[in-house]
This record gives sequence, C-alpha cells and structure tokens, in this order.
Amino acid sequence: MSSDVRFTDFKSDKQPTWCPGCGDFGTMNGMMKALANTGNSPDDTFVVAGIGCSGKIGTYMRSYALHGVHGRALPVGTGVKLANPDLEVMVAGGDGDGYSIGAGHFVHAVRRNVDMTYVVMDNRIYGLTKGQFSPTSREDFETSTSPEGTKQTPVNPLALAHAAGGSFIAQSFSSDAMRHTEIVEAAIEHDGFSLVNVFSPCVTFNDVDTYDYFRDSLVDLGDEDVDHDPTDPEQAKAVITDRETEYMGVLYQDEDSVPYGERMGIDEPMTDIPDGAPENATDLVREFY
Amino acid sequence: MADDLNWAIGGEAGDGIDSTGKIFAQALSRAGRHVFTSKDFASRIRGGYTAYKVRTSVEKVQSVVDRLDILVALTPRTVEENEDELHEGSVVIYDGERTSMSDFEPPEGVIGLPVPLQALAEEAGGAIMRNVVALGAVTAVADFPVENLGESLEKQFGDKGEKIVQNNKDAARLGREYVEDEYLDEYDFDYSLETTDNDYVLLNGDEAIGMGALAAGCRFYSGYPITPATDVMEYLKGRIEQYGGHVVQAEDELSAINMALGAARAGARAMTATSGPGIDLMAETFGLVATSETPLVITNVMRSGPSTGMPTKQEQGDLNMMLYGGHGEIPRFVLAPTTIAECFWKAVEAFNLAEKYQTPVYLTADLSLAVTEQTFEPETFDMDAVEIDRGKIVDEEDIGQWQDEKDRFQPHFPTADGVSPRALPGTEGGVHMSTGLEHDELGRRTEDTDVRVEQVDKRNRKVETAREEEDWEPREFGNPDADTLVISWGSNEGAMVEALDYLDERGVDVRFISVPYVFPRPDLTDAVEAADETIVVECNAQGQFADLMEHDTLTRVERITKYTGVRFKADELADDIAAALGETTEVSA
Repeated sequence: MSSDVRFTDFKSDKQPTWCPGCGDFGTMNGMMKALANTGNSPDDTFVVAGIGCSGKIGTYMRSYALHGVHGRALPVGTGVKLANPDLEVMVAGGDGDGYSIGAGHFVHAVRRNVDMTYVVMDNRIYGLTKGQFSPTSREDFETSTSPEGTKQTPVNPLALAHAAGGSFIAQSFSSDAMRHTEIVEAAIEHDGFSLVNVFSPCVTFNDVDTYDYFRDSLVDLGDEDVDHDPTDPEQAKAVITDRETEYMGVLYQDEDSVPYGERMGIDEPMTDIPDGAPENATDLVREFY
Repeated sequence: MADDLNWAIGGEAGDGIDSTGKIFAQALSRAGRHVFTSKDFASRIRGGYTAYKVRTSVEKVQSVVDRLDILVALTPRTVEENEDELHEGSVVIYDGERTSMSDFEPPEGVIGLPVPLQALAEEAGGAIMRNVVALGAVTAVADFPVENLGESLEKQFGDKGEKIVQNNKDAARLGREYVEDEYLDEYDFDYSLETTDNDYVLLNGDEAIGMGALAAGCRFYSGYPITPATDVMEYLKGRIEQYGGHVVQAEDELSAINMALGAARAGARAMTATSGPGIDLMAETFGLVATSETPLVITNVMRSGPSTGMPTKQEQGDLNMMLYGGHGEIPRFVLAPTTIAECFWKAVEAFNLAEKYQTPVYLTADLSLAVTEQTFEPETFDMDAVEIDRGKIVDEEDIGQWQDEKDRFQPHFPTADGVSPRALPGTEGGVHMSTGLEHDELGRRTEDTDVRVEQVDKRNRKVETAREEEDWEPREFGNPDADTLVISWGSNEGAMVEALDYLDERGVDVRFISVPYVFPRPDLTDAVEAADETIVVECNAQGQFADLMEHDTLTRVERITKYTGVRFKADELADDIAAALGETTEVSA
C-alpha cells in the first residue's frame, strides 16, 4: 500500500446521478477519505455494492468493485475477503438492501465476523423506486405504499447487529464530514466485521428524517460532555437499545475481536495455484483404496 | 455371469445400514473385485426403510440390475421392498430371534436362513455388532474369505482401538461359523467370490467431484447442506485446507453462490454445489455471474423434483433449468459427466472452461452418480494428466496494453474471441468495476444501443469460440453401424453400456451415444439421420433431452423415460429398448 494516496484517487471520473443534496455524496466522500487516511490504495481495495441509490457507489468510486444483485452484497464481500485477505473490503448498501431483502445475510455476516466494513446509507425510504417505506421507516411514515403509516415497528439495525454478536457497531451522519470519516476509519481499522449505519437523508422522498432532524436530535457519543465507553458492554447495550434517542459515534467495539479468517487460519491469498494438480494430489486417490 | 453377486442389507434408518454396506463394499474392493453400490434411503434421521446394495464381479460392473442374490433383512419391510428382485434360490439372512422377524416366512423359492445375529453379537462383545455378524454369515454363503472382511473392519474401526476391531472380527467369525455349522450341509450355495491381486479405489460421484475440484485448484467452496450434494462439501472440508483453501457453510444458497462469486472475483478458483431447490435460489445470481464475466463452477446434484419432490430419489429433471434458467439470455456451459470417474475429469474441465471463458459452468451429476460407489483402477485418476488453464489473466507488466487512453483497465474489452483480459484485484493499474447492469468495456453502466449490442454479442461470442476450440465430443459404444441408435445424457451410461450386452445376447444390434455435454453439445444430426430408429433414454417424465435432440436434428425420436425415483437397471433398460423396437422376450440378469 502506498502512503501517498489521496482520497481523490478513490474517485472515478463518472459523475454521480444522485439527487442534488442527497446524503450519499457525503457518505461516499467520508468513505474515500477514510480509505486514504488508513493507508489503502484503489489497487488493494474492493468495494461491493448492492442495488438501490446506494448501490451506485461502486460506479462513482475508483477501486476494484462489484455491483451485485439486491441484498447480497455481504456474501460477495465475504468471498472476496476470504479469498484474498490482503484486500481491504468495503461493502456499501442501503436500508432496503441491508435490512430488508438482505436482512438474513446481515445477521450472519455480523456473527461470522469477517474482517470487512459495512457502510449502510440509511435514509429510511426507498428512493430509487420513488418513495415507498423501508424497514427503518417510522411507524406513522406516510408513503405511496403506506398512505396511513407503515403500522409496523421499524427495525433497529444496531440492536440487530448487537443481538447477532456484532464486534463493531457504529452510527454516523453523512453531513458531519469529519465525524463520519473518523467513524469509518475506526471501522476499517477494527479487526472483524464493522457496521456503520449512516444517516444519509433523502431530500426528495423523505421530509421527516431530514438534515435538520438529525442535526437537532443526534447525540454524538464523541462529544466531550458525553460519557460513553464503547468497550463496556453494559454502556454499549444501553445506547444500542435506546429507542428514544439516536446516537452518532462508535456505540460498541469488542477490542478482543478475532476475525473469522484468523480463526480459520486463512492468511494467504487463494489466488495462486500450480500449473497442474497439487504435488501430493495422488494421496487423495490413495485414500479411496 | 456366475461370479456376479448382488447383495443387500436393509432395515430402518439408524440401524447402521450404510456403514455395514460400506464395510462389505470395501472388503470386496480390497480383495481385488469390482464393486458397484446403490442406496435406498429416506429423508429422515431415524426410522423409514433404508438399504445398501452391492453388486460385485471380477469384471467391471457399472450398473444395478433387477436381481438380488443375498439379502440381509433386519425388518420384514426389507423383504417386501425387494421381493421383485429375489429369485429362485436367493438367500435371505435374518435374525429369527428378533420379535419383528419371528414370524417371517421367506417368499416362495427363496431360502430363509435364520441366524441369531443379536445373540452372537453379544457373545462377541456387544449387540451393536449384529450387522457384522450378518456380514460374517454372508461370507459363508458367498464363499468369500473372511480375512478380507477383517481388513475392512480395521479401516472402519481402527481409530476406536484394537479391542473394538478384535470384537468385530470375532463377531464376523461367529456369524460365518454359524452358517457353516448349520446350513452348509443342507444347502449347496452356488457362489464363489474369488479374489484377485488388482488394486482398486472405491468412491462415489460427489467424492469424485470434490477430488476433481481440489486437483483443479479449487480453493474456495461455499455451500448450504442439501441432499444429495452435501457429500461434496463434506469431502472438501478437512482436505481443501491443506492446499490453503476454505469451505464456508453459508446461511442459504443465495449467500453460497454470492460468496463463491466474490471469491472468484478476488481470483480464487471457486465452486458451490447444491441440488434443485438450491439451483432455483441461485438462479437469481446466475445472470450476474455471466454478465460480470466471473468464472464460477456451480455443481448441481439433481434429485427428484419439482419443489421438495422426493429429496432422496433419482431424477434428471433439471436439464431445462440449467439450460434456460434465469431471466434474460445468459451464456453458460452445462457439463453432465456420465460416470463417477468422469465426475472427476469434468470437474477439472469445468474449472478450466470457467476461467478460460469467464463464464458460469454448471457441472451436473444426479443422485445415482452422487451416492453410488464404484471401483476404478487408481490410474483412472491420473493426477499428472490434470492440466490447468487460467485463461487471460494479465499481470502488471502486460496491463498497459489493455488500458484505454486514460489508463483505465478495460475488463470487458470486446475482443475477437469475446474473451477479455482479466485483472485480479491487487494488480496495479487494473482497477475496475463489474456489474450486473449492462456496461461498457470499462464496466460502467450504459444504455447506449450500440454498446449494448456490442457487449451482448461479445459475451455470446465466448460460447461460439468455445464451441470451435474445445472438445464437445460424445462417448460411443456398441456397433457404430447399427440401425438402432440410443442416445442418453449423464448418469445412464453405465446401465446402458451393460444393457448393450443383454441386447447383444438377443441379437439386437445397437449404437449407443452417451452425451456428457448439454451445452454446448455435439451435433448428432448425422448419427440420427443414419439410424432407422433413435431412442433417447433419460430419467425424467417429459423427455427434456429428447426435446433437444428433436430440436437439433429436426427428426422425431422415441423416448424411454423413467421418473419413479429409481435409476435405470441394465436388464430392465434392455427390456425397454427391446420393447421399443417391437421385441417382446425378456432378458434375465
């Protein structure tokens, strides 16, 4: 990894088609800065994205990348990281991709604890399909498919990750560039699976979870006058399961986390193979005598 | 075929039927005899009828037949299930002291040999060894040296200590002596299982696929357990690690194929294996694999469908799914090995095709191949003959020639043969994105009409290139000049090759073409036109491969289909073919 990488090296020459003012601009900028700040280069970085507005991120960033099918970005990232542990793997998605169609994979990716960073652009709405409710939408949120509110409890992704044994659980806000970058950096540096749920407002279809709402209501756990130790499980549990207040920062980090690859003894890329069968392959045949 | 013996043990799931059968099969194989096994089993852990059948001969055996000579029956149902295969002089060994078998009467003409299996097992050290007592009894009836059983018992129980091995050997000896003392004077059993000095290996199709994958450099496997594909995963787990690889048990098949896709994009040779219901789920990602031009091997061990169907029964019903499955038009390869040995070689071929053409490859076996064990000469799996072709992987030195004027790597460059350069992540200068969206040569989304056509044509061109450059030849048996042509695909080859012998005995002359490639596949127009009659044999109801043959050759074909859940038996298949040709007499095994 070269040390002279700038964050703009992670920017492709394709102009984003996100709506002007979309939170995803800030989310992506923070990701690029965090990657550069942690000494990664586009050549050694693999970004996996799903479907939705968030899924377009692979096009606007410059790195090795796969833009996959809806909801399955985490399994792809798992395969990439295990096959080549030398790569920095970052998976990006939205609240629909991660917590609805991909919810099953989310839970298992968390508990498997493969060393990768999952950035979820949570805007609490389906934007690309033009304004239907999402799994994180509020119960009284009115959309074209919930004209009288969703009448369903929104999922708390942080609690979901916590219940699944998550080793790094964080939340950030796309418009707070500095804090967002810091939090993603911490996620990258964590040994294991890191969740960063990013409030990334949709300016077109969500007039409830707006920039103003988050600016006014978010409590930053990194503030000097807030006392929070993310390595203390009890303190972490209290802020993760708090349904009254929304927090920004690292809510929980298990400092003793051992990633899946290490537990399984995977330390070398699986990419190099011999020109023929492995040297001792005849032993495989001999087993069947 | 006096030396050809058909033996089975049957009882309830949980009775140790499988391991007992395996001990006997291994003993025969180690004694230099050919073995072909088959299993009847139910989708449950305990209870339900289950049986393990062994056919053995000094000659090569590659099919089941409709005949059973010696049956060890732990339950009355075992006899009922196999009554059709028992014949005059067949022997049923059972424990007359067992409550459920105390009233047992052998069918007409069948010799019943009550042996106190449990009592003798207890004498040897424990009731758990009653099946081994039965095996000992079998060696007396079949005139097979009991020492050979000893070697197999050592392999099976060696890690449990010398005492356990010795107890089992005693159990076998007691069973043998009981039959020798009680019955050999009374009956003249006409069996003699001679031994030879030949070395054989004994393995099933799932194991052959797994071994082929390892030989071919597969280093990443992700899967979700499903009958009858699980053996592939279980084979790889514990072995792939010594080559630096890994097996992930995924949360579902959607995840399994996406993990394998990720590993393949990272540059590892990757595979997933599943059966019908899993193939349905994987269809979602199949188009992405092809569109992003990712080399991936997807093994489908077919079972009886649709839906949950008959999960432990044989069928070749997924042909159309593999050939056409997935929305849109998806270039692919579909390989269908015809024997257990070919499962190994086609696995190697599948990995090479996947990487050379950056295209998904279906490797399909079926339940018959997967859970059947067969003996082969070890040289059949000649590791020195394994060749690896990774295709157009470019390194940092060559990458410049595949960059555009802005130094951007072009992973989907529309080359003449359709195959683009491939830069593995980590390669300097090779940064690119791939996507399931239609894209340009850089991998960027586009809806430009010209680029769309260019990229679709490029991906399809890979298949055309492969059609030209690779070997898609079928396998030929029988008389090439015969008026009757039989065609089959996949696992029916063994039964059909043996059926040729039965047909030959009756003066029925047949040319048999066995097709291991579903797509691309050989053009059989000339062969079909040269024949007076063409019969397509397959294990499904609708004749999916027969449809393809009619489509390819514009000629109507006869269809012999079987969808009972049981594979073709050689003698039965010979009868079916004779009947289709207007012959009436039955053959006998």
